[in-house]
This record gives sequence, C-alpha cells and structure tokens, in this order.
Amino acid sequence: MPQIAQGRPSNDPLMVAEEWMKAGKDVAIATVVETWGSAPRPVGSHLVIDAEGRFEGSVSGGCVEGAVVAEAADVLADGKPRMLEFGVADETAWEVGLSCGGRIKVYVERLG
Amino acid sequence: MDPYALKKLNQCRRERRAAILITDLGDGRDRVVVEGDTVAGTLGEAVAAAFRSGKSGTAEIDGRTFFLNVYLPAPRLVIIGAVHISQALAPMAAAAGFDVHIIDPRTAFASPERFADVRLDAEWPEEALSRSPLDAWCALAALTHDPKIDDPALKAALEGGCFYVGALGSRKTHAKRVERLMEAGVSRTAIDSIHAPIGLSIGAASPAEIAVAVLAEVIAALRSRGTEAEKGRAA
Repeated sequence: MPQIAQGRPSNDPLMVAEEWMKAGKDVAIATVVETWGSAPRPVGSHLVIDAEGRFEGSVSGGCVEGAVVAEAADVLADGKPRMLEFGVADETAWEVGLSCGGRIKVYVERLG
Repeated sequence: MDPYALKKLNQCRRERRAAILITDLGDGRDRVVVEGDTVAGTLGEAVAAAFRSGKSGTAEIDGRTFFLNVYLPAPRLVIIGAVHISQALAPMAAAAGFDVHIIDPRTAFASPERFADVRLDAEWPEEALSRSPLDAWCALAALTHDPKIDDPALKAALEGGCFYVGALGSRKTHAKRVERLMEAGVSRTAIDSIHAPIGLSIGAASPAEIAVAVLAEVIAALRSRGTEAEKGRAA
C-alpha cells in the first residue's frame, strides 16, 4: 500500500515544485546556501515560486521572501541563476528588513 | 534545477532514502546522489562527509564551488494506542514534519472517524510493524496502558534502535513494566533508555497538553541525537 508523504503537511516546497511542474507551470527554486550569525532558516532551506508570484516554503523568517520572489521573476524570464546576499551590513538588507542580525546567501534558479 | 533531478530527489524522499543534491554553483548543473552511490575523488569525500554529518553546505573542489544539499528521511512517530492523547498528538506531530503512524488492535478506538488524515492500523503492533519496520529515524510512544499491546511494541522499538522510546504510565506502572521487560530478555541499558513517565515535565493536565509534552520530548531527543546530553541521559 503506497504511503506517499501521508500524515505530513502537503506544503513541502520541493513536492509543491514538482506538482507545479507537472501542471505545466514555470517554477523558480530558491535555496539558502550560506548563513552567518543568527540566520532564521538553516542552509538547504527552500522557497519555490511560480510565474504568478505564488510561493511555498521559506528562506528566512519572512524578512527577505518578498525580495526573493521579485528576483525569481527575472530568473524565470531569462533562465539565468542568481546568487543573492542579504545582511544587516548593506542598505538593501535594511530595506527588506533582515533585522535578526544575520547574513544569508540565497541561490535562485529556474526549474528546467 | 534539472526536472529529472527534482523527480529523483522527491522519489528518494518518499522512499525514506538519504540523498544529496549536488549543484555546481558556477554553471548551475546538478545531480542527485543516493546514499550508497559511488562518487569519485575529492567530491566523493565531501559527499561521504555530508551524509555522515547530515549538514548541507558548499565545497570548493578543483577551483569550482559545489553546493551539497543533504536530504535525510523524515522522522516517523509511531503511536501505540488510538487514544484521546493520540487524537491531539497526531496532527501536532504531522505539523512538525513527522510521518505519523497510529497502531491499536482495538477497533472501537482505531476508527477512521476518530482519526482522519492519518495512517491508522487497527491491528496488533507485531503485525503492523512487520510491514513497516522501525528504524533509527523512528520515535515510538506507547500510550495504551495495556501491557499486552504496549510491551511488544516497546521491545520492537528498543531492538529497532528508535531514537526515542516513551511509555505512558505512573512510576509504579513503569516499575512493573521494567520487571516484565527484564523477564522478556530486554537489557537493563535498553530499558533505562525508555522515557517514563512520558513527556517533558510541564505540568500537563489535559490530553492535548500531554501531547505537547510528548512531542516536545520527541523533538528534544531528535535534536540531541549523538550529543553528550543524550548519552548522559541514556547512561
């Protein structure tokens, strides 16, 4: 008897990405690849985004998701992966509000 | 990411197999390595180390930067007893990322009406566990208060190397359980690793509060695997 992810939440970002892909949607995958200091989400965490800006998962405690979703639109448009950095040391970080004092590096790529 | 890599990775995760997604951050190419696969050279050493530690991270090899994302099987929580505490514990544990499996041979308790959206087996633990063997990624909570049902499951959990084994009941109840398990041939060290009375001491009163105490204790055991704190407790 198949027990596919039964009893687990259906909001697993990579499972959602596969469903979106099968439904013919364009999907971007963002992954935390490095952290320094008190980063809210560990290395390896995913946020997946579709072309309409819908997303699942997280790469921070909600501080930089908006900026990553915006960048994902560009990644989907030209297909080129991007490395994003957020931290309190630069001005962008204040704008998007990574207020916990940590720094994170997020890799954003297109699926397929 | 390569769509085939994503499909293969998700398939491994469904089958509870450890896997690593290796991405070349220079050109974006990626591939999935399943535990047991052979990977040559320095990258192979980094892959082996990542499977051991379970930690994701970057590796610099021959002037190229690779990101190794490690995916270990989701922890499973096996609950013996389709009781009131289990009705609160199952959804909480699922929300925390556990695969939940409830076993109780008493069909009046183990009814789908009482347990929607959870894997439920209305049979004896020996039967249910023979199909889904316990492993090091499993926690087992025995909640029936009935030695006929709880004891064989506890024995199986200790033999299967579960990262957490807990049993409901007072200290007096547990003392009798210890005697029975000793008679059944379980070692004293193994018996001493059972969390009993079950749950962190938070003064839990209602079934839902006991469920919180149990889940917190299971998470504490999961996150302290192999550390001194856990070894000290088990000793």
